[in-house]
Amino acid sequence: MSKILEKEFFSENVVKLVLDAPEIARSRKPGHFVIIKIDKRGERIPLTIASSDPEKGTLTLVVQKVGVTSAKLAAMQVGDEIMDVVGPLGKATHIEKVGTVLCAGGGVGVAPLLPIVEGFKKAGNRVITVLAARNKDLVILEEQMREFSDEVIVMTDDGSSGKKGLVTAGMEEVIQREKVDLSVVIGPAIMMKFAALTTKKYNIETYASLNTIMVDGTGMCGACRVSVGGKTKFVCVDGPEFNAHQVDFDQMMSRLGAYKDQEIEAYEKYLQTVEIDG
Amino acid sequence: MENILEYLKAERSQEWRTEIRKSMKAKDRMAKVRTEMPEEDPNIRNTSNIEVNSGLTAEQAVLEAQRCIDCPSPTCITGCPVGINIPKFIKKIETEDFLGAAEVLKDTNGLPAVCGRVCPQEKQCEAQCFYTIKMDKPPVAIGYLERFAADFERDSGQMAIPDTDEFNNIKLAVIGSGPAGLAAAGDLAKFGYDVTVFEALHEIGGVLKYGIPEFRLPNEVVDVEIESLRKMGVKFRTNFIVGKTASFEDLKEEGYQAFFVGSGAGLPRFMNIPGENFNGIFSSNEYLTRVNLMNAANPDFDTPVISGNLVAVIGGGNTAMDSVRTAKRLGAERSMIIYRRSEEEMPARVEEVKHAKEEGIEFMNLHNPLEYFADEKGRVNKMKVQKMELGAPDASGRRRPIPIEGSEFMIDVDTVVVSVGVSPNPLIPASLPNLKVTDWGTIVVDKETMQSSIPELFAGGDIVRGGATVILAMGDGRKAAAGMHQYIMEKIKAN
Repeated sequence: MSKILEKEFFSENVVKLVLDAPEIARSRKPGHFVIIKIDKRGERIPLTIASSDPEKGTLTLVVQKVGVTSAKLAAMQVGDEIMDVVGPLGKATHIEKVGTVLCAGGGVGVAPLLPIVEGFKKAGNRVITVLAARNKDLVILEEQMREFSDEVIVMTDDGSSGKKGLVTAGMEEVIQREKVDLSVVIGPAIMMKFAALTTKKYNIETYASLNTIMVDGTGMCGACRVSVGGKTKFVCVDGPEFNAHQVDFDQMMSRLGAYKDQEIEAYEKYLQTVEIDG
Repeated sequence: MENILEYLKAERSQEWRTEIRKSMKAKDRMAKVRTEMPEEDPNIRNTSNIEVNSGLTAEQAVLEAQRCIDCPSPTCITGCPVGINIPKFIKKIETEDFLGAAEVLKDTNGLPAVCGRVCPQEKQCEAQCFYTIKMDKPPVAIGYLERFAADFERDSGQMAIPDTDEFNNIKLAVIGSGPAGLAAAGDLAKFGYDVTVFEALHEIGGVLKYGIPEFRLPNEVVDVEIESLRKMGVKFRTNFIVGKTASFEDLKEEGYQAFFVGSGAGLPRFMNIPGENFNGIFSSNEYLTRVNLMNAANPDFDTPVISGNLVAVIGGGNTAMDSVRTAKRLGAERSMIIYRRSEEEMPARVEEVKHAKEEGIEFMNLHNPLEYFADEKGRVNKMKVQKMELGAPDASGRRRPIPIEGSEFMIDVDTVVVSVGVSPNPLIPASLPNLKVTDWGTIVVDKETMQSSIPELFAGGDIVRGGATVILAMGDGRKAAAGMHQYIMEKIKAN
């Protein structure tokens, strides 16, 4: 059982939850994720960790409403309890001093990027962060990112905040201006695909943190498998970070849609029950 | 060994035992026919989760128990990985002391209702039965009788809680709550230790819950056995991954003095053939976990599962049989086994293959998948298979399958379950760089004590064996418990 201690909506569909999870808060490192299951009948879904406070024993998650479970999570209130939270899972990000690190986050992918930005900054790197979102309201954690970045570039599709354009435009601007030693990209698969193509052009080592369908998260089921450099890897135990230039993002996108029909049906059913109850 | 033989001899010469043995002539015992296990109708059971074997009646059990001639040197026991005193429990059944029979089982086996259902008795105790080795007759149905006694006890509401030694306040950790971990925990609790079982998933039971389907092993049966461990003082912590949630060092600081690792063979193998990552292709672990652990087939639960119409299951083991029979139950029109050798080489239990056939499962033996194809949405829709023939025996002693050139053809499928084995779970070895592991990733242990290269760490089950059976895992757990007890006692003596 994990109690929700704080809740804040970043936008209509994106919510920040602070959970009481002392053990995970103590042991988690940048790059790690958790798996949660809301109640007895719930499904297990992986969620990235935005931050933790080992002293207070709290874990901060940022969740986007995309289906039944995330919608149920977003509807939970402070004081409610999540039945199962397990972690930290995955391999931690390998953080060292490399020089200049270009971090790029799209949508809620910005949340797990935050501890990585913080880690690289604290390791003595120059960190430039590109935040991308559809519009101003969907740009999250900008202030926190500024705290640990030498520079933050905001890109929006409609130009309502920062510059108008895609994440790749912001990245190219930096790459053309100065030497970048490493890049880390986290966001929707399509965004990571094009971010990876961009850095590949310039031969910059790049890591992408993948968020795939999972059941157990401990290597047992293989639902999360992706093709990396032609080899099948499990995101939960081999990742979640991989060499972005070797990830088969098209296959990953296809696999993310494996349950699309069931998900849409379940979500519509859920929305009906919410309307009836509400 | 001497001691065990002496003990068995003494047990056998007890008055009640002599009396029941003499109540019927051996010739009359041997003239009886082996009892058939009552089964649900195949065409009813293949549409529901109802248990296939319904269990012997008390009358059937007593009749079957009478077949056992109570040999002076019982060979059946040598076939049992946990060393159950088989003739004793069977003779208890013959005297209609069914609770007494259950108590005998529990002396050496914490999960008799589980073992009575899923043990490959035909390769173990029953293979060593006097009838099998000397008479060339069907063996005493030891497995059916074990299940009967355990079920009788559970249904009676008078579950005996095994005696435990005086509580010694020494904390021990068991990692993984599958059969190896539960067996170790039970024995350690009997020795008086303060035992905590750490489980990564949200449910206790490991493969007994996520893997073996309800129609072969109802969850309720597992839960009752876990409850009896709780009553012996064993504590359980779910959602806890040792090495991740807390490190071994953290647990040592909390006072844990030794560890048993029974983390299982959790990593599914794939064949690495083209198209294997298309949607609709699962590992058997994923397929079974969704249905068994997550209840995905029940619309009231949130986890989805693809219930295919044309399902191919690759492999010939028990897990393959569980998967293909699950597919049938989810409504598949065709549920096929695709196995590269012939039925004779199948690792699955004979009973499971028989049940599968009765339920309408198609067997495409001597076929091997080569490639998968998908529709425009990325969902598998066809597979290319090749016919095989058998050559000379390979390292496993089974005849090697050899591809027949030019025999390839296509099969329409919409769901594929890959059940070609598992590798050891990497989480524990990855968190202990000093732990000695094999090239396969299994933990290296002393065969007698199950102690690893780290003195306070013991291991057993599939993390050591790489993929075996429930009962072998339990045997390991028991051996490790004895090894840990000896380790702690020596440590205390040294201080």
